[in-house]
Amino acid sequence: MTLFGVLGFTAPWLLIALAALPILWVILRAVPPAPIRRMFPGVILLLGLGDEDQVTDRTPWWLLLLRMLAVAAVIVGLAGPVLNPQDEAAGEGPLLIVLDGSWAGARDWTQRSDMIEARLAEAGRQGRTVAMLRLTTPEAPVFRAADVTRSRLPGMAPQPWQPSEAMLDEAAGLLPDEEFDTLWFSDGLERAGRDRMLAALEDHGAVRVVESGLPVLGLAPAGFEDGAVQIRAIRNRTQGPEQISVVARGLDPSGTPRALAALPVTFADGEAEAEGALSLPAELRARITRFEVESQRSAGAVTLSDDSLRRREVALIAGRDDREGLELLSPLHYLHKALAPTADLLDGALMDVLPANPDVIVLADVATVSAAEEEALLDWISEGGLLLRFAGPRLAASDVSRDEEDPLMPVRLRAGGRSVGGAMSWGEPKALADFPEDSPFAGLPVPDDVRVSAQVMAQPDPTLSERVIAQLTDGTPLVTRKRVDKGQVVLVHVTANAEWSTLPLSGLFVQMLERLAVSSQAAPEPGDLEGTTWQPDEVMDAFGRLEDAGTLPGIDGAALVTEPLGPDLRPGLYSGPDRRIARNVVDAETVLTPAEWPARIPVEGLTRREETPLGGPLLAAALLLLLADVIASLALSGRLFGNGPRPGARRGGQVAAFALALVLAGLAGGQARAELDPVAAVEELRLAHVITGDGQLDDLAQAGLRGLSETLVFRTSVEPAEPVGVNLETDELAFYPLLYWPITPDQPIPSDAAYAKLNEYLRTGGMILFDTRDADVAGFGASSPNGRKLQQLAQPLDIPPLEPVPADHVLTRTFYLLQDFPGRYAGRDVWVEAAPPDAEQIEGMPFRNLNDGVSPVVIGGNDWAAAWAMNERGNPMVPVGRGFSGERQRELAYRFGINLVMHVLTGNYKSDQVHVPALLDRLGQ
Amino acid sequence: MSDIAHLRARAEAEASRLPPLLARAEQLAGTVLLGEHGRRRAGLGDDFWQYRPLQEGDSRRMIDWRRSARSDGQYVREKEWQIAQSVMLWCDQAASMRYSGDPKARGDKADRARLITLSLGILLIRSGERVGLTGTGLPPRRGEAQIMRMAEFSSRDAPEDYAAPETRAMLPHARAVFVSDFLGDFAGVEAALTKAADRGVRGVLCQVLDPVEEAFPFRGRTVFESVGGSLRHETLKAGDLRGRYLDRLEERKAHMRELCALTGWQYQLHHTDEAAQAALLYLWQALDGGAR
Repeated sequence: MTLFGVLGFTAPWLLIALAALPILWVILRAVPPAPIRRMFPGVILLLGLGDEDQVTDRTPWWLLLLRMLAVAAVIVGLAGPVLNPQDEAAGEGPLLIVLDGSWAGARDWTQRSDMIEARLAEAGRQGRTVAMLRLTTPEAPVFRAADVTRSRLPGMAPQPWQPSEAMLDEAAGLLPDEEFDTLWFSDGLERAGRDRMLAALEDHGAVRVVESGLPVLGLAPAGFEDGAVQIRAIRNRTQGPEQISVVARGLDPSGTPRALAALPVTFADGEAEAEGALSLPAELRARITRFEVESQRSAGAVTLSDDSLRRREVALIAGRDDREGLELLSPLHYLHKALAPTADLLDGALMDVLPANPDVIVLADVATVSAAEEEALLDWISEGGLLLRFAGPRLAASDVSRDEEDPLMPVRLRAGGRSVGGAMSWGEPKALADFPEDSPFAGLPVPDDVRVSAQVMAQPDPTLSERVIAQLTDGTPLVTRKRVDKGQVVLVHVTANAEWSTLPLSGLFVQMLERLAVSSQAAPEPGDLEGTTWQPDEVMDAFGRLEDAGTLPGIDGAALVTEPLGPDLRPGLYSGPDRRIARNVVDAETVLTPAEWPARIPVEGLTRREETPLGGPLLAAALLLLLADVIASLALSGRLFGNGPRPGARRGGQVAAFALALVLAGLAGGQARAELDPVAAVEELRLAHVITGDGQLDDLAQAGLRGLSETLVFRTSVEPAEPVGVNLETDELAFYPLLYWPITPDQPIPSDAAYAKLNEYLRTGGMILFDTRDADVAGFGASSPNGRKLQQLAQPLDIPPLEPVPADHVLTRTFYLLQDFPGRYAGRDVWVEAAPPDAEQIEGMPFRNLNDGVSPVVIGGNDWAAAWAMNERGNPMVPVGRGFSGERQRELAYRFGINLVMHVLTGNYKSDQVHVPALLDRLGQ
Repeated sequence: MSDIAHLRARAEAEASRLPPLLARAEQLAGTVLLGEHGRRRAGLGDDFWQYRPLQEGDSRRMIDWRRSARSDGQYVREKEWQIAQSVMLWCDQAASMRYSGDPKARGDKADRARLITLSLGILLIRSGERVGLTGTGLPPRRGEAQIMRMAEFSSRDAPEDYAAPETRAMLPHARAVFVSDFLGDFAGVEAALTKAADRGVRGVLCQVLDPVEEAFPFRGRTVFESVGGSLRHETLKAGDLRGRYLDRLEERKAHMRELCALTGWQYQLHHTDEAAQAALLYLWQALDGGAR
């Protein structure tokens, strides 16, 4: 193969023929084009006129160029050009393809699998046997034919974990004893045990490594700190700055999954970590189910958020809810306002809400609870519940937690509480002190205008100081907290409304509530989970997609947190007794290290230019050029569109052009379908008939409607275009006002969808003319095959009650005055929609005021289409009757058709009493 | 037997083609009839024209008693003058007429010439004239049946390439209309016209040409052939011939005008891309004007 840059030729010596092109040019140019033969009556005037100039017109230069290009394309095409020729030394012997198979390779798995496929195809061409080994699920490699191995490729997709050292050692032990070459598709991450694996492979033969140049990105679990979601991203290469976008996804209020927020995170040059804080309204934050790095399709770039960001359930219980009173004095009003945007609020009696297992129960000025309630509350608290109590007049007046500490109170209370700054007391209302460092409120700014004028006082106890998490400037506690097992009890020493303090009026109140609710659940510790079993709800695959866990076994609690991920512990969401824990691929300690390969190992990139043979396209182009040359030559000699002198020559030209068009249509892959496009269908009024599948009958129906259309054009202002046959299954019916449906015993029953369409058509004002074409010998009974078929066909149709056309039906006078409706047979009744039972004849009126609309069906058996049928020249196609009376019958059939079309188009217009005088006049009454 | 059956089928096909031509001709004639009434003078005819007082020489049978009874005078009821004139039509059936420069856009010259001839015939027959074709085939007659015969006769193609007007059996002092492209031998036209003039026949020459024949839009190496194939002319550069061809055509037209002026005929040029109605109106006016 000879190479010219990216282009190679398999037979370069053929290119010498290109030198012959200029000679060809000269030869082609010297030959004049063939004369055009033209038919021209004026030739008699031309006789004797000689040519002044003896030089003939030459072939135009562009046609020559076209031919030259075609010849050049043939020459170059035969020379076997190849784009991006692969000039690598072909290997020999078996080939082992090693895949890391971890989530890190999931992002470019498509590229990777394409490349593996290409390598397999190459190996197949070279007759090498191939085996594949995925390190995340080591199995003994078996060398098979390349195409057999290829069929296993879809099963080699990455797994959502990393190959552990044990797995690598296992894989090294599984290698067969023969000699083979190795192609290692690395995911770009360094891991322990790789050196040993590499050494084992090198014992068997040459090793090449294919590695993507793109960095591997990971997203550590999101945490919540300082009122914002903390996001930390890591990468395996530290060169150069890089900006990524982290997207928070979750369900919107309508339940649709969508991106709720996005945060750009920038890696600085040389840094493997980047952090960002996503400040979100709690409402939005609670909806987030996962964070992911945008456009990274791998499990590492996804971190699932578990309960820690979940929307909380808060039960509000007040002691005085029987009070009909002022809304602003309600002890729960401010709590409602503060919590409604961020939490799901539960209302109800304490024992009713406890089974719902809320996250928080707020008791506003509730002094005593019953023993059963207390027990249930304690159970709930020890399971992790947060009991938030507010003081109030009742609590102050009660003896709760007076002498000894109530289990549901964080501190003991002094009797009566205290009131400062009132009309009857000394001193000023107290302000808040700054929050202590270890308080959950630490860092919240304290507004100056918050004043406390009354509070319940805590008894000084040894434990008091550690339980105070907020206090007033004078050192008296404002908020106290006690931990009970996993839960806690918090007491706010003022009321939840603005009676005792202005705290509920300030923004601080909302912030404090938020802090309390958010910090109620800490990250799981292995010790906490000891002895518990966690059931996988949803597991994540290597591409970061969540799947139903199905029948995966449960996981021990301690193992869930500590064990590395593997086939037995997949990343995903695990549910326990009262919470869900997310196990993510990347955890807080994960560090991504780029893979370092020894210098002796050749490393390739994933992108490899395809070897493209260009010979085929070039030859095809030459063929196309020659086809174009045929057309151009025909056009140039005037034979393309039939201006040739002899019909034969003309036909020859047209045949050539037609064949060309066929070839071109074939090349374009287009399929020509003779179908009326909707625009043409609605542009003009058209009559339509149902295609029955009986070709002869369909032709006759078409001819019949054509005859009727012609007659309409001649006699009325209705000028329909050529009628169409409609396929009930595929065609739109709405364009046609009238549908002629001839019945044959063996036509197919339309599908349900077609019937739905037909019913829609009938309801929206369409009309179907059923024609059993048997002269109605059976009176539409089941005794004729056509009648039976009609019954079958019309069964699913939405047809109103019918009656034979009454003498005063509007159909008898829409255009002509008619009483009979003959077709080819002068049969008996024609049936239309029955008149309403209350239609009465008014004295002096020749007809009743009947149906308001158009009869949706007209049923008869007179074979109208046959009587109407007309060929292209306007001659009748089917004999009707005998002699002149037959022609009269045909005339009446046309008149019926015209009346029918007029009825469809004008409805009950002729029923209008306005026409009575004219009609009476014509009726001769 | 099969020949007879074949003939029958062909005859039916021919017969079925006739009505459309007739219908088109009648439709075209209908456009002219509107607004054209009678001779506008008293004479023999069916339509009432006027009452006039009895004059010397009027026979008593001519008195209209009903009108006269209403007054003292005696009146004669006059009918509108309707005089039958013989009109001889000739429509060129030669092969050169079966040419259209653009078959998709317009019909050939023969079609147009037949249409004009037949429409004119219908018009004339409806206005009471006797109409026939020149030659011995169809002498002038009256009545609707003549229209059918004319339609039949005018649909017969002639095999020769170019034809000269037929002048046999031409009635003296009749009127004649010749519709052709007049591209054939000019001596024939000249002889026909002279002969007609000798017999006192006057009329109209209607030359029907295709626009392509006027434009000669050809270029390059070309072999021109007549429609019948009897004549051919090859040229290397058709474009060069254009000027000379057009000169010859103009010359031919000038000759015809000259000849018409000499013999008292009228000359009209009609192109197939124009409306047939224009030609018909012209012919009708030309004949009508002469009759007055």
